[in-house]
Formats: sequence, structure tokens, C-alpha cells
Amino acid sequence: MNPRILAATTGRILRQLRHDKRTVALLVVVPTVLLTLVYFMYVDQPTPPGRPSVFDQVALIMLGFFPFIIMFLVTSIAMLRERTTGTLERLLTTPLGKLDLLFGYGIAFGLAGVLQSTIASLVAYRVFGLDTAGSLWLVVMIAGVNAVLAVALGLFCSAFARTEFQAVQFMPVVVLPQLLLCGLFVPRGEMAGWLQAISDVLPLSYAVEALQEVGAHADPTGTMWRDVAIVGGAAVAALVLAAATLRRRSG
Amino acid sequence: MDDAVSVRDLVVDRGRQRVLQGISCVVPRGAVTGLLGPSGSGKTTLMRAIVGVQTVSSGTVTVLGRPAGAAELRHRVGYLTQAPSVYADLTVRENARYFAVLQGRGRADADRAVSDVGLAKAADQLVGTLSGGQRSRASLACALVGEPELVILDEPTVGQDPVLRADLWARFHAMAATGTTLLVSSHVMDEAARCDRLLLIRDGRLVADDTPDAVRATTGVDDLEEAFLRLIRASEQEGAGEREE
Repeated sequence: MNPRILAATTGRILRQLRHDKRTVALLVVVPTVLLTLVYFMYVDQPTPPGRPSVFDQVALIMLGFFPFIIMFLVTSIAMLRERTTGTLERLLTTPLGKLDLLFGYGIAFGLAGVLQSTIASLVAYRVFGLDTAGSLWLVVMIAGVNAVLAVALGLFCSAFARTEFQAVQFMPVVVLPQLLLCGLFVPRGEMAGWLQAISDVLPLSYAVEALQEVGAHADPTGTMWRDVAIVGGAAVAALVLAAATLRRRSG
Repeated sequence: MDDAVSVRDLVVDRGRQRVLQGISCVVPRGAVTGLLGPSGSGKTTLMRAIVGVQTVSSGTVTVLGRPAGAAELRHRVGYLTQAPSVYADLTVRENARYFAVLQGRGRADADRAVSDVGLAKAADQLVGTLSGGQRSRASLACALVGEPELVILDEPTVGQDPVLRADLWARFHAMAATGTTLLVSSHVMDEAARCDRLLLIRDGRLVADDTPDAVRATTGVDDLEEAFLRLIRASEQEGAGEREE
């Protein structure tokens, strides 16, 4: 890796995003709109005594999922474009290293994810009164790690798509099982053994557990840090897999 | 080994199709070599093999004394792909600056590369809003920004107006005069006359490897298009019914 090339690549990706004003607006506005829907869905629901309100539970998890879903899609399409427009092939004929490119995407869209989750979290806490024992910034940090994981998975999955149509189909494949089995709908401890086993190998299960730890404890817990490390590790593993899909030579 | 590129018995297969059928040729240093042939003749595949991005079945390609695709060649070889490979959602200047950094160059080099291809006025326009010809010149600027020793240009003049085309060719010769080696492909025969040396390929085989004057002399005609036609007919008779078309 070359620091100048990595910085230039990160800057280039952010500049591309900045030129696309509508995408930036959607990144910022959509989570807020959805949080508003969820707030009014649950506003009249009774809260069992001694438990967090349903809105608090759902909104907390949503804050972790927004950047994951959006950054996965944005990265898949961006990388697919690099492949189909020939810029990837051109980049690989230059002194740019594969990791310069992959980490450039990780940093650029990771930052975009942090920005998105910061705005969404501020709205959730300040406007809708989201209440967690732990700090808002721990939520943003976990959302940021989720975004980096999403970028890594997007870079990897884009290798298996030839068209944008195919690329967007990977979203439900990658995201929905993790959403269903993360413990939001049915607590992980109450699932059938085989479902739990699947849930155990899906990285977002750990992201959700980390968020729930922030919800329940004023200070960061050991479990939270372990979960964040697992999600980060999964991101690194996905980046290594993505590097394996970048071939300088092709047929 | 004074040649910039030396290709020996190069065979490339794509799927079941044999795209290059054992090509041997050289590209001399400090000159403009034209790679001519109809669409689908294997020009792009040969260029990709020289840049080192093409999987080859057999044969060797030596570039500036190293095997094609070697890591140390990445800042010595510039490659312009046939379809413009620049970022449509960046301005011309932003594209050039990015590729400049990759080649260890600065902003001044990027701005010079942009004005060298005649895009100074459009430098702050998004590439996506440019015409086809402008877009391919933006791509050219990114290929030349590192001032590589060897420049591989896949159809750089397609869609350019005649004045610009003449400017670009003048620029290629100026680069060659300072020692740069250029390999320029084209399917337009009238560009052949502008080259110092010609490689003509057809159906993945080399039909001619000579200077324009020598091609005219051997065939006895002045018009290069007509000369190529004769060379192709002659080579087909040698190949005696081996292929049809």
C-alpha cells in the first residue's frame, strides 16, 4: 500500500459521491423519514414495565442497519461500474495496489456510513427521544464498523454480478437473512438450534448484540467490544476475499 | 534487444475461439507504430497482451526488457483502452489529477496533460457531460499524464474531428521525437500513412510488418488501402483454402 495513492483513491471516491447530489440527499434524508414512520408506528404501543419501549429497541437496531444496507448497495454498484467501464482494468495497469483500491473504498464509504448514522442517530435521540443507557457515539461507532463490513461484502459480491440488475439482487441475499436472524424478531436464544447456528456465523448478529449492550449498559461492556471486534474481523476477511477477485490478467 | 516490445509466437484463446494465432513482431523504440486491421482482427487482444492484462495461451511478450505485466512496468507503460475508461462522475481535471497521483505526478502535470489533448476549456466539466470525442481525449490525457516510455493507444482518434485528429498525430510524433515509443491501433487505413511503421493483422495473423513506403514498394501501389488488400489476397492464397471468407 502507498499512502499517497490510498489517500488519492479515497478522495476520488468521495469526490464522485459529492458530485452526485441526489444520492447524498437520499443518504441523509431516507433514514430520518423511516425513523419517523417507525416512531409513529409504535408511539401508542404499551411498553411492558421494566423493559425498553418497542421504539427504543427497533430504532436502535435500525441505526445499525441503515449504513449496512445502503453502503452495501452503493459499493456493489460503484465497483461493478469500475469493472464494466474499464476503469478497474486501467487502474490495475498502474502502480496502484489492490489494497489501495479496496481500503480506499472501505475508508470512503465507511466515512459516508458514519456521516449517515450520525445524522440518523441525532434525529433518533434528539427528535424522537430514543433512550439508551450507553452513549450515542457508541451507536455511531458500531454503525461505522457495520458500514465498513458492508463495503467489504459489496466489493466481494460485485465480482459475481455482470449487470446492475444482478448486483442489486445480492442485497436481499446478503442483508435479509442477517436481518431476520439477528435477534430483532425472535430473540436468538429462543430460535431453533439450527437457526441459532446460522445466526452465530452471520456477522450482523454480533453488531445487533453490541447495539443491545449499548442500549442496556451505561459504559461499554466487554461483550460489546468483543462483538465489534468480530464484525471488524469479518470486514477484514471479506476484504481479503474481495482482493482475490481482482485479477490483473483476464481472458 | 533495442526494441521496446518484442512478441514471439503469441497465441491467445478466448473460450474456444483462437484470437491470436501465433504472432511474432517487434515495436521499435522512439517511433510511432501503427497497428491496423479490421474490427475483430485481434488488435485489442494484442495490445492487452503487451500491457499485460491478457491471459495468453503460449508465446512470450517482452516489454522494455521485462516480461509483459511485470510490476515495474506499471509506471513505464501508458494504456488507452478503446472504450474511454475515465470516471463519468468526475470532471476532466479531477480524472487527470487522480491518474497523475497514481503515476507519482502532481497537479501541474495533470493540467498540462488536459491542455495537451485540447480539453483546457472543458477541464471543469463532468466527463459524463462531454461528447464522445471529448471523452476519449479525457481518457487519453489520463494515459499520457505519467509521461510513460511506452504508450499503447487503442483507437485514440475515433470520432475526433479532422483538425483535432491532425493535432493528435502531430503530438504523437512529437512524443516519439523525444524518445517515447507509441503503438497506435486504428481500423482506418488513411491513418496508416501517418505511422513510421505498420503492423497489419487480420483474423489473428500478421499480414504485414513494414514501413509505409516499403509496403507501397512491395505491392506496387501508392494507396495503402489498396496495398493492404493485395497483401491480404496474397496471404490468403498462401494459406490455400485453410480458411474461408
